[in-house]
Amino acid sequence: MSTGQQRQVKAAKSFDFFDFLYKYGTIVTILILIAVFGTMSSSFLMPSNIINILRSISIVTIISIGITISLSVGGFDLSVGSVASLANAVVISMFVWHSQNSFIGIIIAVAVCLLAGLLNSFMIVKMKIPDMLMTLATMFIIQGVALTYTRGATVSQNMVMPDGTFAQGKISAFFSKIGQVPWIIIIMLVVVVVVHIFLNYTKHGRYMYVIGGNMEAAKLSGIPVNKYRVLAYVLSAGFAAVGGIMLASRVMTAEVNAGAPYLMDAVAAAYIGFSVAGAGRPNAFGTFVGAILIGILQNGLVMMSVPYYAMDIVKGTVLAFALALTYYKQK
Amino acid sequence: MIEQQAIRLDMKQVTIEFPGVKALNNVDFTTESGTSHALIGANGAGKSTLMKVLSGAYNHYTGAIWIDGQAVHIRSPKDAKDLGIQIVYQEVDTALIPYLTVGENIMLDDTVNDMGKRQWMNWKRIHSNAKATLERMNVKVSTKKLVSELTLAEKQMILIARAITKECRFLILDEPTAPLSHAETEELFRIVRDLKKNNVGVIFISHRLPELFEICDDITVMRDGEFVIKKRIADTNQNDIVEYMLGKKLDDQFPKVPIEIGETNFEVKGLSDSDKLRNIDFYVRKGEIIGLAGLVGAGKTELCKALFGASRVVSGERVLQKRKLSIRNCNDAVKQGLALVPEERRKEGILVLESVVSNLTVANLSKFCAYSTFLQFGKEKKEAQQLIQDLGIKTPNEQAKVKNLSGGNQQKVAIGKWLTTEAEVYIFDEPTKGVDVGAKKDIFKLISQLAQQGKSIIYASCELSEIVGITDRVYVLYDGEIVKELQTSATNEEELLFYSTGGK
Repeated sequence: MSTGQQRQVKAAKSFDFFDFLYKYGTIVTILILIAVFGTMSSSFLMPSNIINILRSISIVTIISIGITISLSVGGFDLSVGSVASLANAVVISMFVWHSQNSFIGIIIAVAVCLLAGLLNSFMIVKMKIPDMLMTLATMFIIQGVALTYTRGATVSQNMVMPDGTFAQGKISAFFSKIGQVPWIIIIMLVVVVVVHIFLNYTKHGRYMYVIGGNMEAAKLSGIPVNKYRVLAYVLSAGFAAVGGIMLASRVMTAEVNAGAPYLMDAVAAAYIGFSVAGAGRPNAFGTFVGAILIGILQNGLVMMSVPYYAMDIVKGTVLAFALALTYYKQK
Repeated sequence: MIEQQAIRLDMKQVTIEFPGVKALNNVDFTTESGTSHALIGANGAGKSTLMKVLSGAYNHYTGAIWIDGQAVHIRSPKDAKDLGIQIVYQEVDTALIPYLTVGENIMLDDTVNDMGKRQWMNWKRIHSNAKATLERMNVKVSTKKLVSELTLAEKQMILIARAITKECRFLILDEPTAPLSHAETEELFRIVRDLKKNNVGVIFISHRLPELFEICDDITVMRDGEFVIKKRIADTNQNDIVEYMLGKKLDDQFPKVPIEIGETNFEVKGLSDSDKLRNIDFYVRKGEIIGLAGLVGAGKTELCKALFGASRVVSGERVLQKRKLSIRNCNDAVKQGLALVPEERRKEGILVLESVVSNLTVANLSKFCAYSTFLQFGKEKKEAQQLIQDLGIKTPNEQAKVKNLSGGNQQKVAIGKWLTTEAEVYIFDEPTKGVDVGAKKDIFKLISQLAQQGKSIIYASCELSEIVGITDRVYVLYDGEIVKELQTSATNEEELLFYSTGGK
């Protein structure tokens, strides 16, 4: 009896290094990075640079929030980058080719992307195709649709149309505000807070986590599992659309595959977010912290003159670490 | 033709223990090649364990195995195979590789163990050997066909074929007929008879007594990990065997209180699914506990799931309080007043990664939400604490993860979550599986309390003592059909087992 008690006391006292690393590793890493970059470059901690970092992560964060929602029901959405490209292309073309106002342009872009999300959810939920494979396919389909729609070219104001004339449409001043400080940062923060509340403080969020944890038990508890899974993929595409629209406003053109590079960063941010503060599951706040980590890393490395083409090595490594942390813990 | 010498197989004083249970206690088992031998016993009697010992699945048993008067050493599956002892397990799909051909599957052992230094596959040899084996069994399946295209019966034939490609002296078939239709069973029996002629000893584990009387020469009965009796089939009958299987009665304490039984509450008419269930009719009254008795594979779980909308129902209707229900999925079932405590607790009943409070409120979360959207954590916590107290769930607090609770307490959580709903009909599927004695009693008490409140209870179990102890009326299932309705007060375990094993 007494030996048992002693053992327990000992176990409680012994500091589980791995557990600490799992829960607070991300935040500690961010603090270390800030300290290192702060000492190496005097301009790193300037308010203007901090705002710069926040601005640079805003689009990644929003797209990553979409992935977080799909992860919360135990799914995964690889097509978000392509959806963002599509939203970018549609919204700019609405202005430049069709001279629509901001409101109509945004509505149409979001609607098109929600259709893409419905396609994903239909194929995954009804046809029972594994999510990773299906969204890999739709990633290419949607990317192809966006490319075909823009005829493989960049859409911009005053572009030359096929008939030789110049495009007449203008992008409104209101629309260009969305992609600028402070609005781009405010939108990001609003999205993070709203989704955090949705996932943690509403019935729907609870259901989504329950489904992600054990789909069979969720079904047998009477939760309309398929409805929530459809909702998750549609929301995922919806946030990718918002990300794509903000990207459009930021660069004011629709480049070929402009959304594609965001996929990798968004996946990394969502997986880093798993463990933040010991949540142990996909969550909006954690995803935001994950995006900050990637943003600081990228910003600091640029300041230290690491070439842009080497950046993928760093980001991929960070993702691999985040995955190792998540899956090693799960055993 | 040369007279083939019968080979004797003796297992003597076999004992095996697993943490906490003595699964086999000094069991003797004797059979001969060229005969078919039935091994029978209630669930948990140790039949499968004994056969696993014989086929080398365990290495920590005590006792001796003799073949042909010589002590042999069987501690691994390879040992057993080298001695010509082969086993075909019930779950055929776990032993077959669906995207390889029939030929490759039959010759799998050969490919894995006997290739030696050879690196190249000899397809011609594989297919000709496999074909020869199939011809020997008189089974007409192309060796080039993919296993994924076969029927269940054909898959079983393939496994038997694999077993007899090498020298096979004893073949163990574990519940081979459970998934088979009548015609398929006949085909299997033909093969068993052929094998017998070729001096193979077939050991047949089954719950279906009529079949055993049709195909077997000898029978050994086991009960609670012990050998009971060995007889010639010709010298016995089904009733005797049932008595041997049950032995003396266990005096379980069931907290059964007299409950006033009201009018018919829930009725099922002509329910069938696409696979197992055929034309199920039953009713349950207010305050009544009905039992669904039947052995493993009789279709109890399928019926519970079909009632609850978890599997597809082809025809039939469900009526609750004179209102016809439309149930396409579990969500519909819950909304219309049904509750299911499923068999596979950890997989289906509870959310292991979630807290006790999330588990208890999940079935009716709207009740704990403002504007049916925003969670009210205080209200949730209060209800959970109340339920923990009422059900006697042993947990440090309501935020503890359910995976850390004991089996019995997990089951209480799985039941407790339905107490927040206004369910009228409670379906329990093997609720005492893996639950300790104390928690079992609590669960029975809880079920009685629900009946007292005028709820209707459907209690499915293969533990016949529980059915007799707790129910008011029993329906016996056999092979997907209700074969008998009995008043519990006027029946006993022998009668239930008689009908459960296909007696008429």
